[in-house]
Amino acid sequence: MKSWLQHTFMHALVLVGLAALFFVLSEYHAGNLARIMIFAVYAMGYNIMFGYTGLLSLGHALFFSAGLYGLTLSMHLLNIPAAFALVLGILASIIVSGVVGFFALRTRGVAFMIVTLMFAQAGFLAILLAGKYTRGDEGIVLAQATRSIGSIDLSDATTRYFAAYLLFALAYGFCAYLVQSGFGRTLIGIRENEERAQMLGYNVQRHKWIAVVISGTLSGLAGAAFALLWGYAGATFATVQYSIYPLLYVLLGGAGTLIGPLLGTAFMFYLIDFASEITPAYMLIAGVTLIALTLFLPHGLAGELRRRWLRWLP
Amino acid sequence: MANNIKDIGRRQTLKTLALGAGAVAASNTLPGLMGHTQAASSDPIKVGFQVHRTGIGAAYGRWYDRTTEAVVARINAEGGINGRPVEIVAEDDGTDPKRGAEVVEKFATQHSCDVSFGTLFSHVVYGSSPRAGELKMPYFVVSEGHHVASGALNRYTLQPGITDVKSQVEAMGPFIAENLGKKVTMIYPDFAFGHDHRDYFSAAFEAQGGTILEKIAIPPTETSFTRYFPKIPRDTEVVYHVMVGPAVLTFVKEMGEFFGPSRPEIFGFIDSLEAVDLASPGLEFLEGTYFWEGNPRYAQENNSEFDTAFREAVGVDNNGASVTDAKDISTYGHMFGCWETMYIIKAGMEACNYQGPKDRASLIEAVEAMSDMPHSMEHPQGAKRFNGKTHQTFGHQYISQFEGGRLNVVHTTSIEDTLYEDEVDYTKQSF
Repeated sequence: MKSWLQHTFMHALVLVGLAALFFVLSEYHAGNLARIMIFAVYAMGYNIMFGYTGLLSLGHALFFSAGLYGLTLSMHLLNIPAAFALVLGILASIIVSGVVGFFALRTRGVAFMIVTLMFAQAGFLAILLAGKYTRGDEGIVLAQATRSIGSIDLSDATTRYFAAYLLFALAYGFCAYLVQSGFGRTLIGIRENEERAQMLGYNVQRHKWIAVVISGTLSGLAGAAFALLWGYAGATFATVQYSIYPLLYVLLGGAGTLIGPLLGTAFMFYLIDFASEITPAYMLIAGVTLIALTLFLPHGLAGELRRRWLRWLP
Repeated sequence: MANNIKDIGRRQTLKTLALGAGAVAASNTLPGLMGHTQAASSDPIKVGFQVHRTGIGAAYGRWYDRTTEAVVARINAEGGINGRPVEIVAEDDGTDPKRGAEVVEKFATQHSCDVSFGTLFSHVVYGSSPRAGELKMPYFVVSEGHHVASGALNRYTLQPGITDVKSQVEAMGPFIAENLGKKVTMIYPDFAFGHDHRDYFSAAFEAQGGTILEKIAIPPTETSFTRYFPKIPRDTEVVYHVMVGPAVLTFVKEMGEFFGPSRPEIFGFIDSLEAVDLASPGLEFLEGTYFWEGNPRYAQENNSEFDTAFREAVGVDNNGASVTDAKDISTYGHMFGCWETMYIIKAGMEACNYQGPKDRASLIEAVEAMSDMPHSMEHPQGAKRFNGKTHQTFGHQYISQFEGGRLNVVHTTSIEDTLYEDEVDYTKQSF
């Protein structure tokens, strides 16, 4: 009961805090926070697979891009309205993650990493090869006039912030429910000891496949939302670095924690933003900071909080 | 008595506080008002410079940076813009479209820049332009992509200081057909930049009566090219190549090994070899071949006084290298665009008597009203003709031959050679 209250308090604090921040922050930082929330959804998706299920993927950019291009191509080539295109973007990521999960889960450990990486690389090259439709590396700009749902203009700063907030809140609420559910606890059980879960009668492969699909869908939702809110899709988002980002966000924030992806995404964003103002060698600062954090806070920011003080942290 | 003292003390305290508050308010308000009055006359014009300091565009970024520093120093020495100094606010975008958009946003909302400027790589332009449009921030790109003139972007995005790939490529068709051969095989990277060459050059060349025998697309992940060269048809008279990236030296070396001494004519784009020393091992194979250059890297015999002064200001020697390090080769074919764009921003601001961000729309209109720009210190690469409807400039293109380890200009196109039909009219878009 006490734990339930603590969880509720934390969730309320996060969601009310994020809503309130819009009215406190400057325009620049509010814009940043909107981006951070969308990429935190991406990281939350990654966390389901990596943090809760123990599957380390190096190919999540493919899922992000499936959503990104699912929405963008629908709008750009077929003139489909934004709301329906968003659904198609999510659908694309469900299909892609379902297929990738089906094949990649035949492998384990390092092989799983390599297979997911190869799938993502194939996706990146496919985007380039389909340049006639995707405009490859240059990408596609979504006209401002098309980026609205009904009469809601999603290119407006306030609307964009609260659209990002809504998606974040939905993803956060879903993950909060998922990790406390029987299914979520089974995923944790698989992460901790896969053989034991199997011996207990759980269909481990099926659970892992569903985790991949959920993870890929959240990633695709982030990709579709990014294209819709910022009006651009390009092959860069399918490159390896965009598979590494959610891994970094989750590791820094705390794998297997609910709040970790948000903390990690915000930390990385501002680390780059501040460091780049100090020196052109800002990646050196970022690298040293990341090494220091990994050495001294191996469980990530939220992970360390949970280990030291807040044992109840979900 | 005690009460009186207490009363006086309280009254005095309140009076003092009131006076103090008034003084504080006055000091906060009046200097603020005076400051506002002075802002127009003395505050710097802030130009957000989106620079590729890291990532694939870093070599270009380094020289765009130096050129921008040089032109701003010169403009400030000449009295600035509307009597106000120019201040550059540079931010690295990592040659990444997501970061590029964030940087534009930072210029507008954090640094309060008047305009943003300087982007080279097309994908960063594509990624950043929507935010520039939403923030109503004039965005002057120096990219040579066809993105602006294609109509894909918005009214706030302009490319007035460098020509675009479509005009460059189309202007090469007549020279190649008349001087090098009528049967061409194209080798290009299999992404958008290469596709632009494939589509625009083949159309222009076929219009000259030429034939494209083969179009060989090289995947961007390729590091060795030997398996592609056998695809070149035997009756090829000209190989047209536009490889970019770190593998270009391998590409040239392997092409040399494939052809040996009996090669066809070869025509390339200097984009392949920007910031690369032409004395690098393997490049001797290029002796006698031809290159498009946006601006001749090597000072020519008939060098203009403007180019000479431009080199001196930026710190580039007659071989296109840094005056302090002969191995530090410039991106001379492109970086003039930063210089010329800054002078166009200056001219536009002066034409509309730019005072601050409220005049951004007037600035766009002032630039849209520009047309012919003479070869001058403001345009050291050559004369330009700006098309206000398409937000794209047109200018002379240079074709050079690699002779004795340097590039000598053998042909200069006219501006008319580079023109094509308008694909958009941005002036019809509202602000």
